[in-house]
Amino acid sequence: MTQALAKAISQSELTKLTLSQARDGLQKGEFTSVELTKDYIQAMEQTRELNGYILETPEVALGQAAISDKRIQEGKAGTLEGLPIAMKDLFCTRDIRTTACSNILDNFVPQYESTVSQNLANAGSVLLGKTNMDEFAMGSANITSAFGNVVNPWIGADGKPLTPGGSSGGSSAVVAAGSALAATGTDTGGSIRQPAAFTGVVGMKPTYGRCSRWGTVAFASSLDQAGPIARTVRDAAIMLEAMAGHDPKDSTSAMHEVPNFEAALTGDIRGLKVGIPKEYRMEGMDPEIESLWQQGANWLREAGAEIVDVTLPHTKYSLPAYYVLAPAECSSNLARYDGVRYGLRVPGNTLDEMYQNTRDQGFGDEVKRRILIGTYVLSAGYYDAYYLKAQRVRNLIAQDFKKVFESVDVLLTPTAPNAAFPLDEKPTDPLVMYLNDIFTVPANLAGLPGISVPAGLNQKGLPLGLQLVGLAFGENVVFRAAGVLEAAAQFQPLLAR
Amino acid sequence: MSLDLETVKRIAFLSRLKVDDTRAEAVRDDLNNILGFIDQLNEVDTEGVAPMVGVGAQEMPMREDVVSDGGYVDRVLANSPETAANMFVVPKVVE
Repeated sequence: MTQALAKAISQSELTKLTLSQARDGLQKGEFTSVELTKDYIQAMEQTRELNGYILETPEVALGQAAISDKRIQEGKAGTLEGLPIAMKDLFCTRDIRTTACSNILDNFVPQYESTVSQNLANAGSVLLGKTNMDEFAMGSANITSAFGNVVNPWIGADGKPLTPGGSSGGSSAVVAAGSALAATGTDTGGSIRQPAAFTGVVGMKPTYGRCSRWGTVAFASSLDQAGPIARTVRDAAIMLEAMAGHDPKDSTSAMHEVPNFEAALTGDIRGLKVGIPKEYRMEGMDPEIESLWQQGANWLREAGAEIVDVTLPHTKYSLPAYYVLAPAECSSNLARYDGVRYGLRVPGNTLDEMYQNTRDQGFGDEVKRRILIGTYVLSAGYYDAYYLKAQRVRNLIAQDFKKVFESVDVLLTPTAPNAAFPLDEKPTDPLVMYLNDIFTVPANLAGLPGISVPAGLNQKGLPLGLQLVGLAFGENVVFRAAGVLEAAAQFQPLLAR
Repeated sequence: MSLDLETVKRIAFLSRLKVDDTRAEAVRDDLNNILGFIDQLNEVDTEGVAPMVGVGAQEMPMREDVVSDGGYVDRVLANSPETAANMFVVPKVVE
């Protein structure tokens, strides 16, 4: 850690508070939202070298904070009243530039607000800025962003700058570094959980349909789901409750009532059945991760849970199915970027030439790669062999989970197969990069809620996460088990070091 | 299955992406690497298994067929690179 960063992280007592502590402090009048927000603006400025924010909105934040202070005084506080948070740049924010970290959305200024960001604003939260991410959320290291990579605030024994994970790498970095109380993320194949694991924070991908996708820049519509990145399980529960809810503007958003997630954190998991899927124990697995996984199971058992070995036979095919389905949906979703209605336009002599010039300059290499794969698997003659085949395999993967949840309440797995890796050792083979999501992708394919909880450090001193996966709309059980895991792990976040 | 150069150029055009001759072979090899990985799916017996389109509601929600939004041309056009007379302008497509 550089001197400047270490200073920024330790400077303000207020920014060390968790979201729930800050909420309680505001309610008791111990400090104001304007004071809290000013400290966060300072922390944001002092941690700029992380490149976590691609747009800071201090004026917006201070304006909202002043309103929040008034509402708290009047007894009209929302559940996130006066709490400064960061927004992944995938969420459209009205009159605030939104780019999905792609050159093709260059200077896009949305004329509408995404439902998730609107819900958070309605709850009284304060917007600090927009966070960096992999271009269109396609990546696992935050290195495909048009704004450059994000640096993980954690530094290992060898001192090399590390990836914060991706695609929500800006969000995970700023939450870990104390320059936001919490942040939004999106998770198509692991983009909330893996960066949370890499930065020692909590990341929750809820059930598909729990959060509205309206106004969120689309990547793969049948997999994309918004969720929180936060410092504690409780904070993630409070955030998700504010983000979630049915939205008539998204036909896939669920009609289910949003429960009080924070109330689920009873700390009591006696009798809970926790499944350990044997297929996740892979050949050549990092022994440190395997032993942490075992430790996690022991912690849950000591808290009264019953540990059960289970099988998810089609696990191996999750990544290959994902790399048909996600690119297929992306190639269709990204067809809209044509230089006509918004974003970048690169002139051409004909309409086709203009489209091609625009897309050639506007998209980065990973996005192009996925568009090409997606176009191929959807093209005449290959649709059945690739796309339909992958959809059938997806069904088998979902059925595996269905069967397992007849006998267990929640599954425990590692979040990622490795800790954060040095930015200068990033894999050059895309397939190696894709393997980062090997434990997280299945929950997306089946639409199930999954949370990553920081559970320990490896020998290099870098955080490792454990994942809990639950039944559809069973976030309560997932949060409850996660709370117990968190309490047992006694993980020391970066801010407490 | 693996791609040849002609197919690479065809899907590049379908995608409205440029893959010129100097890059075509590299792109082909890159895509074949990924397709080789995807080919594992052929090991799975999916006879009689229905394709899974999504995990959301089985039935699409219905609403009244009424206008619920709109009436702000300026906002619709606000981000366009070129507009005229409340329309998006594109290069000439009809001679």
